[in-house]
Amino acid sequence: MAEHIIESIYRFLPEIALTVTLVAAIVADLVLKERNRNVSWVVLAGLGVTAVLVAGQSGWNVSIFSDMVAVDPFAVFFKAVLLAAGLLIVLFSMKSRELEHNSTRIGEYYMLITGVIFGMFLMVGATNLLLMYLAFELTSISSYVLAGFTKSLRKSAEASMKYIIFGAVSSGFLIYGISLLVGVTGAIDIYGVRDALQAGVEQTAALYVAVVMIIVGFSYKITVVPFHFWAPDVYEGAPVTITAFLATASKVAGFAMMIRFFRVSFMDSGALATHGFDGLAATLPWSMILAVLAAITMLAANLMALWQENIKRLLAYSSIAHAGFILMGLALATDEGISAMMIYLAIYLFMNLGAFYVVMLVANQLGTEAIADYQGLGHRSPFLGVSMAIFLVALAGFPPTAGFIAKVYIFGATISAGMIWLVAIAGLATVVSLFYYIRVVRNMFLVEPLESQGPVTFDSASILIMVLLLIPVLLLGVYFSPIVAWAKNAVTMFGT
Amino acid sequence: MVLPEWLAEPGLNHFLVVGAILFSLGLLAVISRRNIIMVLMGIELILNSANLNFVAFSRYGSLSLDGHMIALFVIIIAAAEAAVALAIVLNIYNRFGSVDVEQISELKD
Repeated sequence: MAEHIIESIYRFLPEIALTVTLVAAIVADLVLKERNRNVSWVVLAGLGVTAVLVAGQSGWNVSIFSDMVAVDPFAVFFKAVLLAAGLLIVLFSMKSRELEHNSTRIGEYYMLITGVIFGMFLMVGATNLLLMYLAFELTSISSYVLAGFTKSLRKSAEASMKYIIFGAVSSGFLIYGISLLVGVTGAIDIYGVRDALQAGVEQTAALYVAVVMIIVGFSYKITVVPFHFWAPDVYEGAPVTITAFLATASKVAGFAMMIRFFRVSFMDSGALATHGFDGLAATLPWSMILAVLAAITMLAANLMALWQENIKRLLAYSSIAHAGFILMGLALATDEGISAMMIYLAIYLFMNLGAFYVVMLVANQLGTEAIADYQGLGHRSPFLGVSMAIFLVALAGFPPTAGFIAKVYIFGATISAGMIWLVAIAGLATVVSLFYYIRVVRNMFLVEPLESQGPVTFDSASILIMVLLLIPVLLLGVYFSPIVAWAKNAVTMFGT
Repeated sequence: MVLPEWLAEPGLNHFLVVGAILFSLGLLAVISRRNIIMVLMGIELILNSANLNFVAFSRYGSLSLDGHMIALFVIIIAAAEAAVALAIVLNIYNRFGSVDVEQISELKD
């Protein structure tokens, strides 16, 4: 037992490094004078150390702390993606003018960011149902505070309020679903759930209610229609850096937890298919439920995005629509679908963060988030305009950007699983999405700026961060075999 | 007074039914109440209905002590969530001068 714990601690080092970073951020905030700069460097260093430790975990496939957490290729893939997001968000935050007005509390900001990343690391690794819920709440509760970080602004206060009400209700759904699942199966980790389902459970009605409620809980986190109502408001009201973080990392972690839950508990067992609910319905078609949710999400979000006037709101609907595309992969219930999801999530992270970074730079310089104010931006700052155009084209899914590769793999997986109707809807949704992405690009390049609007310039550090985002978006569009190979390899989960 | 048979011996189902009723009442409060504090109380009801389920499964099912342990953790989470929620509500009150959800809707399509 003692040896198991010691080995577990050794395999838990990245999470421990994050905890140390969190404490170091608090101490640095108390001790150091020039607060803003120093705390962010402390967090950057801590995330760098964590990245090295995560790199050392490649190839591991073990379960630690008595089946609490799995350290497997799947978790390591997502930890790498989440760390990339965390590092970029800290870099964004150092450039954000919005946060400078709250510089006396900036230490808390970085501390909470570290805490959220820690919670997400647990989310991607958790195999115990209680730990899944705790990790879910750790990320959620920290995010509520972060969404309202610029608390003197009315919109930020409103965003955090809407976020916590929707978040708390859906976490209530999740824990109620878990309570029924635990009661019906008598197991508290997903391996036990799988074994119980394979042996067959008697109270199938309760099981169905449990699965539906757990889907509702997850759907909120990954913003699937019709559980998306919080997203546009929260994304508009929160500081841009936090919006970018919620739209990317939070969703990635939610998807990772959802994939692991369904992959381990349901996909292999086929238990729901063999032990149907007598007389009422032969099976609970959870994969069909997810497919329908994905279809509704893609269509509704893309249509809603058409008449948005605020760029953050537009990107919010765009990110909801992307959640629909990604969810298709899980509905297929195949390993090919899951690896396509992982490719999509990694690429989505970079292109969406890029778009939000441009939004942040524009808000810094021009103090606006209205799409109308983007007119002539391509003439006023060609670098910014071209970068934004590349990110939006990638989000729309055109070659030669990475967004095309992401869509190719997820569409391909859906076709080979035989869900042609879903691909047709996804194709239709993609066409709709073109309109609103191109509208922004057209506004930037084909509309001349007003006489009074001079050129916009940036310091070299801002340009460097932009290049850091452009490289993966463009490079993965032409040289994508490494990430594809990594994702295919990382479908391996402990216990499957 | 003679109790009817289904009430004489409380069992798992009775607790599950109470849990389901609590959950529904909580959800109803969240949907219909306009005061944020009342909405938060509805959320507490939802979380406690899950707790009731855990403890009932622990008592009557095959869960042994795991259910009690999970319920304790959920209570702690609920307290943490309530603390953050109240801080946010306080900030809302300072900004808007109201805790009515319908008056706090500047962000919309």
